[in-house]
Order: sequence, then structure tokens, then C-alpha cells
Amino acid sequence: MERRIFGIETEYGISYVPDQLGPLGPEEAARILFKPVVESWRSTNVFLPNGSRLYLDVGSHPEYATAESANLRDLIAQDKAGEMLFADLLNQAQDTLEELGQQGRMYLFKNNVDSAGNSFGSHENFMIERKVEFAKLVRSLIPFLITRQIMVGAGKTHPTGPEQWGSTPVGVAGEPSFSFSQRADYIWEGASTATTRSRPLINTRDEPHADAQLYRRMHVINGDSNMSQTTTLLKIGATDIVLRMLEDHFPLANFEVKDTATALRVVSHDLTGTARFELADGSFKSALEMQRHYLSSAHKYIEQHGTHREDVPYILDLWKRALQAVETGDYSAIDTEIDWAIKKKLLDAYIARGASGYDDPRIQQLDLSYHDIDPDRGVFNVLAKAGRARSVVSAEAIEQATMVPPNTRAKIRGRFIAAARAAGEQFTVDWVHLRLNNKPQFNLQCKDPFESHSDEVQMLLNAMRQTTAEPWSPPFI
Amino acid sequence: MERKQVQSQQSSSAEQEVAQVEIQHQAREVNQAQVAETDDLLAEIDGLLEENAEEFVKGFVQKGGQ
Repeated sequence: MERRIFGIETEYGISYVPDQLGPLGPEEAARILFKPVVESWRSTNVFLPNGSRLYLDVGSHPEYATAESANLRDLIAQDKAGEMLFADLLNQAQDTLEELGQQGRMYLFKNNVDSAGNSFGSHENFMIERKVEFAKLVRSLIPFLITRQIMVGAGKTHPTGPEQWGSTPVGVAGEPSFSFSQRADYIWEGASTATTRSRPLINTRDEPHADAQLYRRMHVINGDSNMSQTTTLLKIGATDIVLRMLEDHFPLANFEVKDTATALRVVSHDLTGTARFELADGSFKSALEMQRHYLSSAHKYIEQHGTHREDVPYILDLWKRALQAVETGDYSAIDTEIDWAIKKKLLDAYIARGASGYDDPRIQQLDLSYHDIDPDRGVFNVLAKAGRARSVVSAEAIEQATMVPPNTRAKIRGRFIAAARAAGEQFTVDWVHLRLNNKPQFNLQCKDPFESHSDEVQMLLNAMRQTTAEPWSPPFI
Repeated sequence: MERKQVQSQQSSSAEQEVAQVEIQHQAREVNQAQVAETDDLLAEIDGLLEENAEEFVKGFVQKGGQ
């Protein structure tokens, strides 16, 4: 599929650090964080005028789902807009807490695990055509998803070394270590309909949020939440290219892995990329060997079929540099573009200046603070401001994306929400439906996520506009 | 002729040496500047971190999500 709809759902971790006694549990902290949302929208689960969905999920995790995006730059702007919206809510929560006499600081982390080993996710959505044989596509995509973490993981320290899993050794047991991925240790199987009981790489629930006869959604749930824009670009961009090759039956080696959970852990905890794990046919392969194959195939495929997106040359180049870096152990060519390498460079600089190692409490703190979304306090954001993390989308474009939807179905939804709010109409929306609660004749469906204009909605908007005194303007929360 | 060539080779290798020393010297200056820049950056980050590192990390416990 040359054109595709993309989306990213991110669950954030929440924590409150009190100055004195009186800690705030995550439930209470999340309630205060969502206070302005409830005041403005009477709900903790809302679609915003930028087309995104912002809500409070299972386990008190604040969650943001980007609007449907048809290109990668829009997707990144939307993803970063989520951080910006939550950073704004964080500011408001801080004020509320001070009014209540609570002294301390609230944190939101865009990472994937807390200090007790509870994991939360970053889910990627890739639209695919219904006519593609889904089970086969899933089977063929899994080996790529298991091994792409060596390029796009967010990095994680392990003060007591990797947790061992089954009979295959995972890294060096008991020694403080650094792994590529945050999430790899919490995924158990290849594909299933579960998300919390037993986490798969791909969730196979059939919820297309579009015309089910034409489309299906590939819901990948094993990725790390990325802070770096360029890492997100590579993660989604490379996965898009592999999907294209599979959809077009481009010849790729069959790397079906014998045991997904073991392979994920072996790969994550081996920074050399050379640790081998067993394939279904009894042979053994390493993450580097497999990714080299995917990359060289991608080059051939793009040569034959053309560059379908503006960022493809950069994606292929960063992919190559990431594999070279893992192969040589010299990370200097990627240490402003790939999350795990940006983070590792920082931690290693602290260790070179006297921190005792990956088990040092200061290193643990930096590992977590890297994911703090506060623009002035979060370590990734401080590094980015100092020129130590590359960006592809400007701050202005991100700010714009907090208000303006991408040019897809999200545009119809965003305009509908803004108009209904301005007209004082009660409404109900989801990814597909738009309803005015008091006008049951207006019950619209948008089943084509590429469509950014609807005559029906336009007529409705015109009608509502006549009853509106003033357009509704930001801030929306 | 032969001697001249040897001489010119020698002098060019001497020039190369001088050039190399200069490059090394420049590289060292760049490195030192980078180290100083990193020192400043780490000091800035230190100033933003919570004082009690261990409590900060251990205090973040939340039920799992999806």
C-alpha cells in the first residue's frame, strides 16, 4: 500500500514527588491532571479539535492517541503535540496542587516501565488493505518487529542485570547493564487478541475504524515510546517499508522465530547485535544478520518501486548507520538521532565523571528523567535544546498540531467538534462516527480515513455556524 | 635525480608530520571544548534533577497498562 494511514497511541506514567509527607497515588494525581479536561469536556475521554483522542486509561495512565495521519511528518508533529498538551495539563495540575497547599512536583513519563516492573505501552497503527492475507502478513512481520529494537529502542538500565528467561542465557546475569529496549522484557508472544494478560507483539483484534470491507488495522504493541523524533521516524518509516514489501510479495527470507519471548530478550540485552537465537527451522540467526537482510531488501525494493515518501532516503540512511553503529560499537554517527544511543551517551558521560555504573542511583534517575515530558526539566528536552538530539518537525509545527488536525478524516472530525462546541451543541464522536445528541438526524459516518472533506458535514457545519456567535478558540482544555 | 626525489619525499613527510601534529592539536582543542560543553550541560541537568535519586525512582510505581 503506497498510501497509508498511521497512528500512535502513547500511555504515560504519572508520579508525584512531595516535598514533605503526603505522597499522592497515581489515581489521585491523574484525577488532578484531568481536572481541566473534565471541567471543559465533562469527561476524561475526549476527542480534541486537532482530531486526537486524550483520555485516562487502565491503571490511571494518561493516554494520547494521535489523529489519523497520512504522512510521517504529520504523525511526528501529532505525537509531539500529545506531549505538549499533557505538559500544559501538568502545569495546570501544579497550580491546583499549590492552591491545595501541596508542595511537590508532578511528573509524566513517556516511557514503558515503572520501578516495580509494571509495563505500559506505545501502540502503532498501520492501515492495511483487507484483501491482504492477514495471518501471513502478521507471521512475516514478527521477525522484523523482534529485531528492530536494535535501531529504535529507547534504552534501559538494569541495576541487577537482565532478568533471566527460560534456559537461553539473556545478557550477563547479575551484572548492571544497559539494553536496547524498555518493552522487550514484557512481551510474551507473537500475535493474539490480548493486551494486558499476556502481551503480544501484534494485537489481532479486528477493529479497522474504517470501511471493514476495504481496510484492516495492523496494531503493533511491542514498540518503545520514543522521545526522539528521528527514532520515531525510523520506527514507523522502516516498518512501513517492510509492510510494503510484504504486501507486494517482494521476496524476503523466512525468519520465523522459534520462541518470540526469548528472542526479544536475547536481542534487547546484547548490545553487539550478534547474539543468536533459534528460528523455527532449527537454524540460528542474530538481530544484525536479520536487519541487514531487511535493509538490503528495502534498498532493492525502493530502487525498483520508487521512493513513496519524502523521508525514505533519510530513513534508509539512518537505518544503515544504526546497524553500522551496533556492528562496530561506535555510536557517534547516531548519538543524536537514536533514543538508546542518545541516552547511553549521556549515562556514559556521567559514569566517566564518577558515577559508579548502570546501578548508580543517579544513573537510574537519569534513565527515568530522560522520559520526563516537561519541556524545561525533562532530560531529553534539555539535550534537544543543547543540540544533542536532532528534530525533523519544528516547535511551531508541533504547537500548530495541538490545534489543527492533519489533512485526513481527522480534519472532518476536528471541524465538527470545533463547530459543535461553538454552537453549544451536545455531541458524541469516535474515530468513525459524528453525532449531534439533540439532532438524531445528524448521525454521520466517515468510513474513509483518507477523506478530509464531507459534503454532509459541511452542510451541518454551515447550519451550526449560523447559530454561533463566536468561533470557539484555543485553549481547548 | 634520485636523491632529489628522496629529499623532496623527506621534506613532504616532514610537512605531513607538522600538519598531523597541527590536526592533533586542533582535535585536542575541539575535544577539550566538547568536554567543557558536556560538563556545563551535565551541571545544568544536575540542577534540574530531584535531590533524592533513589526515592524519585522508587516512588514511581503504577499499575501496568496495555
